[in-house]
Formats: sequence, structure tokens, C-alpha cells
Amino acid sequence: MKAVVIGCGRVGSGVAKGLAAGGWDVTAVDEDEDALIRLGPVWKGGFVVGHGMDSRVLERAGVADANAAVVSTDGDNTNIVIGQVLQKRYEIPCVVVRILDPARADFYARRGMRTVCPTETAISVLLETVLEAAPVPHEAA
Amino acid sequence: MYVVVAGGGKVGANSTRTLLEMGHEVTMIEQRSDRFAILEEEFGPVVMRGDATEISVLERAGIARPPELLLAVTGDDEDNLVISQIGKEGYGVPKAIARVNDPRNQTHFALLGITQTVCATTNILGLVEHEVPEHGLVRLLELQREGLDIVEVQIEGGSPAVGTRVAGLRLPEGSRLISVFRHGRTELVEPGTVMRPGDQVLAVVTDDAAPALRKTLLGAAKG
Repeated sequence: MKAVVIGCGRVGSGVAKGLAAGGWDVTAVDEDEDALIRLGPVWKGGFVVGHGMDSRVLERAGVADANAAVVSTDGDNTNIVIGQVLQKRYEIPCVVVRILDPARADFYARRGMRTVCPTETAISVLLETVLEAAPVPHEAA
Repeated sequence: MYVVVAGGGKVGANSTRTLLEMGHEVTMIEQRSDRFAILEEEFGPVVMRGDATEISVLERAGIARPPELLLAVTGDDEDNLVISQIGKEGYGVPKAIARVNDPRNQTHFALLGITQTVCATTNILGLVEHEVPEHGLVRLLELQREGLDIVEVQIEGGSPAVGTRVAGLRLPEGSRLISVFRHGRTELVEPGTVMRPGDQVLAVVTDDAAPALRKTLLGAAKG
């Protein structure tokens, strides 16, 4: 199985390494060539330097025959656009898009995009943790 | 009519000024505080500060009314795409016009359903092409939704099409010749029309067929 990860920051590189460890053939894309360092000293997957809005960069990363894509650059709108390009033009069956703004994540999720909103996740995990740790009598699940 | 203008740069500010002069109601959204301060001096309550890609900001600008027209004219193509999509798909804005800053992103706009776009670079290059007739096909009009171009071709003496009836030309699939301008007159192209040197031919062609049409009418591409 082949995966492309667009945006190789903390999140993207972590996902890329996780997929590679799971036996996937992974290619990461980032504008900054130094992002390769985040993939560790023994990265056996692919790495393409360039912007994910550039179709030639996407094609060099092998989007044409990818089974899955993760879009996790640091820009919500960039991710939204690239995600749709990967879905509509390259017909990648599984495209997951990171969107920090909960309102936009919800808007595009309702339109059929697989979105992940770390802000929502952080809020719920933080809330849960505080409520569990708080010294108030609390019925444990 | 009511118009929301996303982006208060040169394009947004000038569009807003003109629309107001024409008597339209406008809300302009600008994110940068320095630019907002200058705009507010001129436009007062017409300009609003915020990130126009945020749904709450668009709602404060009245996107839910909805406006008859939405202009997405920030300096960022991804932002313009998202603003147009939220307006059209989320709030039923009937008409959204988006600015394309980098012509390489043009195909993304069409793919994502934003067919009405303006790209200054492409317009300028179109003018350059028109001034340089050796260039081959001069694009006069781009019909984005249809994926067609109306192009003009100048037939030269050495062109392989000279002396041939149109019916006998091997025109590529996805192309039709419309008219020929010669001796100061325009004639519609018929199967029996014969190409002559100096003819200015109008054709309609799909993007894919354009190179083949050029080759049929002009021979191998120059440079």
C-alpha cells in the first residue's frame, strides 16, 4: 500500500513514520528540505521537496497510484485545497485532511471530506483529563 | 445589490470604491491591521477587520443574506478558493468571482467548482500573445466551464493548410474552424473554404486539441 504525506512537520513526519513502520510505502512532501531530518536517520521512504499546490510536485510524489494521502501542512486553506485536488483529480480513495479551525473542519466534513481537527481533539482531551483529575466526587466509567 | 469583498488590497479596495460609486451596498473584509486602518479612514463602516476564510467573519459580513456577488480577491489563492466555496456551497451565494494570483493554480479553481476567475498574469500574457503573431494560436477568449478556447490563427505562406479545402484538412478532434477574415471581410468557414496565406482564422478548440490544431494549420511549432 502506498501513501503520500503532504506537509512534513511534527504531525506529518510522525504520521509518515507510523505508516512506514506499518509496512506502507510512504513518500513525504515538504517545501523545506530540512524537513527530511524529522523522518529520522534511517528513512527508507520517498521525500520530495516542493509545494503541495504544485501538481508536478504531487505527481513526483506518486499521487497517481497512491492508496492514501494525509494532508498536514501548517495552513488550513492550503490543506483544504490540496485535499480536494487529491480526491478529485487523482482519485485517491482515502484522503485525510488536517484542519485546525473547528468551523471549517465541520463545514468540509459535512461535504464529504475526511477531516481531522486537532483543536477539537485537544479541547476534548484536556476537558476529559481535567474532569477526571479534579478532586470532585466523580463517577468513574 | 449587496456585495461582499474579501481582501482589501489594491484589487479589493478599488472594486469596493467603484461598486459604492455605482450605488451598491458593499462590505469589505481585511485581515491586516495596518491596511485596515488606512481603509477605515476612507471607507468607514464598509470595511470590517477579520480573516475572511473564517466562517464567523463571513457571517458577520452578511454572507447568510446572501450577497448577490462575492469577490474573493485576497493575495492568497487557497484563501480565495475556500472563501468562494464557503460562500457558494454553504450560503448559496449565486455568483462568486475569485482572483487567481498564480496562473499555475488556475486548474485548481476549475476543479473545485470556482469557474469565474480573474488572473492578471494570464490577461497580460494574452495581450503579449496578441502582439506577437508568430506565437501561433492567439487565445481570444477562454470558456472555462466548457473547457474551450476561442483562438485566432494567422495562416502563413508556408503553412501546410494553404490551398487545402477545410473538408480535406485533418483537424484534430475537439476543434472547429469558425470563420476566416480576408480582404477586410469575414466569412464563415464552410467545408469548401480554401485556406490562403494571410487568412486570419477563428477557431474553437479544447485545451487538449490546441497543439494539434496549431500543427495542422501552421506546421511544426516554432521555438
